[in-house]
Amino acid sequence: MLEVSQLCYNSNGQAIVDDLTLSIGKQEIHAIIGANGTGKTTLAYLVMGIYSPFTGSVFFEGEDITACSVSERAQKGITLAWQDPARFEGLKVGEYLKLSNKNGSRAIEDCLSMVGLLPSQFLNRSVDENLSGGERRRVELAAVLAMQPKLAILDEVDSGIDMASLPYIMQGVSAMKSQGSSVLLITHTKDALDIADRASLLCGGKVLQTGSPEEMSQWFGDHCVICNHINVPEEGSA
Amino acid sequence: MILTREEEYQKIVEAYGNAGGNTDLLGNRQVANMVVHENRVLSANEVEGISLKSESTERGVALVLTVEEGRKIEHPVDLCFGMLPQEGLQEIDLKMNVQDRSEVNIIAHCVFPNATNITHKMDADIRIGNNAVFSYSETHYHGDHGGINVIPKARVEVGENSVYRNTFALVKGQVGRLDFDYETICGRKSNTELVAKIYGKAQDDIRIAEKVHLNGEGAKSLIKSRLVLKDKARAEVVGETYGNAPLARGHVDCNEIVDGDEAIAKAVPIVSVSNRQAKVTHEAAIGSIDKKQMQTLMARGLNEEEAINVIVRGILA
Repeated sequence: MLEVSQLCYNSNGQAIVDDLTLSIGKQEIHAIIGANGTGKTTLAYLVMGIYSPFTGSVFFEGEDITACSVSERAQKGITLAWQDPARFEGLKVGEYLKLSNKNGSRAIEDCLSMVGLLPSQFLNRSVDENLSGGERRRVELAAVLAMQPKLAILDEVDSGIDMASLPYIMQGVSAMKSQGSSVLLITHTKDALDIADRASLLCGGKVLQTGSPEEMSQWFGDHCVICNHINVPEEGSA
Repeated sequence: MILTREEEYQKIVEAYGNAGGNTDLLGNRQVANMVVHENRVLSANEVEGISLKSESTERGVALVLTVEEGRKIEHPVDLCFGMLPQEGLQEIDLKMNVQDRSEVNIIAHCVFPNATNITHKMDADIRIGNNAVFSYSETHYHGDHGGINVIPKARVEVGENSVYRNTFALVKGQVGRLDFDYETICGRKSNTELVAKIYGKAQDDIRIAEKVHLNGEGAKSLIKSRLVLKDKARAEVVGETYGNAPLARGHVDCNEIVDGDEAIAKAVPIVSVSNRQAKVTHEAAIGSIDKKQMQTLMARGLNEEEAINVIVRGILA
């Protein structure tokens, strides 16, 4: 479904993403974990087309989309839920979800319910500063559900979510897989790793390891928290 | 072409509908309403609790609207001021007296569908009594020629514990030249909210001056301006708030989006406090359309133009 090959991206002379290669299969939930500042969000932006790589390629369903714009990628079935989603003055939640659901194939009320938000309470609220951070992230996830993408890039959609609501978020992510979507799931939480099929560990802008979520979580805990990107073990030592 | 009175009425009502007015309400006996064309009142209807007195002047209409003490007017009052010719001058002298403990919502539409050289002046004197609720929403429709000068001026006094909400919208057709000047004196524990939403295009020249004096203890106010400017439109927004009494709270919030290479936006928030227990704040944001908002909508499959339209429509909603 998604093949990212030897991507490099620099900012202010510093490599943020460095020769990164990654592949995600159809209907796979692929978690991306790693310490803060290891290039996870930059990877999300490179796949969505918000950033252009200095070198490397992004292939989607076998097609090289490296030069495609954000809109073009979205029209091919890729979307992104931001870690800190934008606010929109004067735009109702219902209107916002309808923008993502142009063909109307899924009821937007269902999308809200799937992330634990009551349609009767949220459809007419504005997507502005009056939504809490957690509510806004859940609305964003509902918008992604409404779009029914082939690939959803979810950047820490579970951060800042209260404990009671977290299962709804995970339910929403799982629902994406059930509906046929692949998910690139950037996360720091065990709950999210629990629903992932595979996980990749990023360090210093590179994929260090890819494996089962349990293995990657264990490896991260054992090495990365204290490594500060300098104690990268040699291949095969994990 | 000379129109009969009936034809004038039909055409004004049609323009009123284009401006977003509910045409079913004009002529409805349950709803207080008035239709003014040039300097003539074409129709008027009072309901219990409201008095609408009008008089033709040489270049317009003098209107006195009174809401009786203690009366809560169920349906919004609909006022329609307009001119069908391409050129001319219309002066509206408006006096409104919202008496103690009354509640009313007034929706005014000012329609100039064919304007190429029209001046529309409104001079309003609004007195809101104590414990009253007064909402005034004014929507303009100017056609697409831009040949119009709109000069609304108002002086408003808000009584104790009263609520005053004013919304001015000019988002359809072309603005032309707008010189908006409102001054509000706020009494004890009153609450004032002034909202202006304007979409400037072509050579539009927009000036908004809103001045609020928080003179009563615990008075609150919000001045909120939302402007989108395209082409060569220019706008200056001056929002002034004076905190003169204990526990007075005021906020000035101006957001102007420049969506044209030659459009110019300027915001001048003036906040002044003369009582140490008062507090007045301001925020102003001027610039292009937010990049992250654009990217978010484009990541849902909208193209750039569609994304801009969604953002602008929301800001001016």
